[in-house]
Amino acid sequence: MSPLTILRTALSSLGASKLRSGLTLLGIVIGVAAVISLMAIGRGAQQAITANIEALGTNLLFVRPGATSQGGVFGGQGSASTLTLGDAYALMDTVYAPSVAAVAPELRAVGQVVAGSKNTRTQVVGVTPEYQFVRNVPVASGQFVTWGQVENISAVAVLGSRVAETLFGFRDPVGQTVRINGRQFAVVGVLKSQGGGVQGLFDDQVLAPITTVSYRLASQRTTQGGVTVQTVNVQVRSGDIMDSAVQEIATVLRQRHRITGDDDFTVTSQQATVETLQQVTNVFVVFLGAIASISLLVGGIGIMNIMLVSVTERTREIGIRKAMGAKRRDILLQFVSEATLLSLGGGGAGVLLGLGLSRLMDGRSLGSQTLHTVFSGDIAVLALVVSAAIGLFFGIYPAFRAARLHPIEALRHE
Amino acid sequence: MIELENVTKVYRMGKVEVPALQGVSLTVQKGEMLAIMGPSGSGKSTMMNVIGCLDVPTSGRYVLEGEEVGRLTDDRLAEIRNRKIGFVFQTYNLLHRLTAAENVELPLLYSSGRNRRQRALEALERVGLGPRANHHPAELSGGEQQRVGIARALVKSPSILLADEPTGNLDSRSSIEIVAILQGLNREEGLTVVIVTHEPDIAEHTRRVVSMRDGQVVSDEPVRKPRQAVSLGEARERRS
Repeated sequence: MSPLTILRTALSSLGASKLRSGLTLLGIVIGVAAVISLMAIGRGAQQAITANIEALGTNLLFVRPGATSQGGVFGGQGSASTLTLGDAYALMDTVYAPSVAAVAPELRAVGQVVAGSKNTRTQVVGVTPEYQFVRNVPVASGQFVTWGQVENISAVAVLGSRVAETLFGFRDPVGQTVRINGRQFAVVGVLKSQGGGVQGLFDDQVLAPITTVSYRLASQRTTQGGVTVQTVNVQVRSGDIMDSAVQEIATVLRQRHRITGDDDFTVTSQQATVETLQQVTNVFVVFLGAIASISLLVGGIGIMNIMLVSVTERTREIGIRKAMGAKRRDILLQFVSEATLLSLGGGGAGVLLGLGLSRLMDGRSLGSQTLHTVFSGDIAVLALVVSAAIGLFFGIYPAFRAARLHPIEALRHE
Repeated sequence: MIELENVTKVYRMGKVEVPALQGVSLTVQKGEMLAIMGPSGSGKSTMMNVIGCLDVPTSGRYVLEGEEVGRLTDDRLAEIRNRKIGFVFQTYNLLHRLTAAENVELPLLYSSGRNRRQRALEALERVGLGPRANHHPAELSGGEQQRVGIARALVKSPSILLADEPTGNLDSRSSIEIVAILQGLNREEGLTVVIVTHEPDIAEHTRRVVSMRDGQVVSDEPVRKPRQAVSLGEARERRS
């Protein structure tokens, strides 16, 4: 039989019981639509997370001190106070660290911030002026921390947008004063609101000169009484020299710390963070896909069920066809192509439905988050191939049963 | 062209063996028209299935047009059915969702060949159903449905036309029409026609009657004066 004849025969058989074919199709439609739309949500979330991290700034490396160990008791990563402001400045050396574009050290402390009758507990981040550009934190009103304020250990603060709103309502906080852990700070600026995501954390924080945080708010100090640093944010000149930047930073710090054995610091890249997160979100996407695939599997079983019924019902037809000279292969092909046509048709409709659903969901708010969906062609193609394969897989057994029928018994079947 | 030599056929019903044919020998020449008669259970249907290559004998030889077909595989048998045998069934066995022409095309689907539609229409023309080509079986009378069945058997120009109780479900007028068509095909085109029937009335229209009982041929005699069936159409033509 020619492929065209097979196709026409299959279409006419399926058309003979439209309601049943339609319902069977629906099983696959729902399965494929579920896979497509859930994958779209998964990919959307993945993209949102990646975009979120990349919004921190590009080409970033994070230098943190190593773990403390005192008499066999090990602290967490970054708990040691071996990294100093001096170390951070040393990384700006264009001779020893030519790959480094900018350095922004930070030191965090927790503070109770009070303004008039309002107060809030928040993180106070000690920063230098570079921090604004390296970590991408724009100012909405007033100004950022200046070098003069860092050198003079000035008691000034830049408020995150939500902190400003909590303490001052709709009044402009710039020029006002707040008390942080009992000390008076002049408010010099307010940060722009960054909304959700990792960058949104700045909305709830207060920035101050790193020296001020070190001497007035934090308890950690170097043995010489210098300023310690928790993280040095390093911006590298371009993405493809990250490795050499890591090497340069390590060389400079080892020299300054006179290290011969194990390093007392770690350098992680933003890329590594993105990759780790991507691995996590990949699991999430695959998980969603797997759940959706269950419905696809159920749809496949539906096809098998209906094909078995069809073979029983059409036993006489099979007998007639065999008497007219149909070989096993002809009968097999006929039923397999019917099953495949069902599943492929369902797959096609499912892709369209899934596409529609993911379009519909895109941009909808879900609680405080906005849902993002990314429809990808590869998933659509995969869904089509998988649905065709399901038809083939679940159609082959009923078709085999049909092909195996003996012509005389089939003809006698009522 | 049909040579059965000491053919036996044993069916297994669970653990019991049921002999349906017990050593049948029969030779049919090209262009013959014969009836196989016998009561139910006499083995005539089994004989029909063996001759039609729907089933293979348990022992003995069956040679069809010089080809030993007793030991062939299912697919080879299907090929021979397609090429050499035309079946006409008591219950017509038409596919109801197909039109008359599509039903006639059915045997052509399972062999390579062009102009399927054309050949199907020609076959329908030969049984006088040209104008009804696009009707579904449900829209046709019993006699017309059986004529579609005959057209389907003819469409591949088979060596033998095997008719299993072809008039069993028809009234006497339609029966005569069908017999007239079969006689016409035999007389004018030299088609070998084998009819299985239990109606003596039908058998009298053939030229040879083979009687069976208990899986054996009990008599094999020529019909001295075969009756000629005249279809209504022909009768009308003669009168005018």
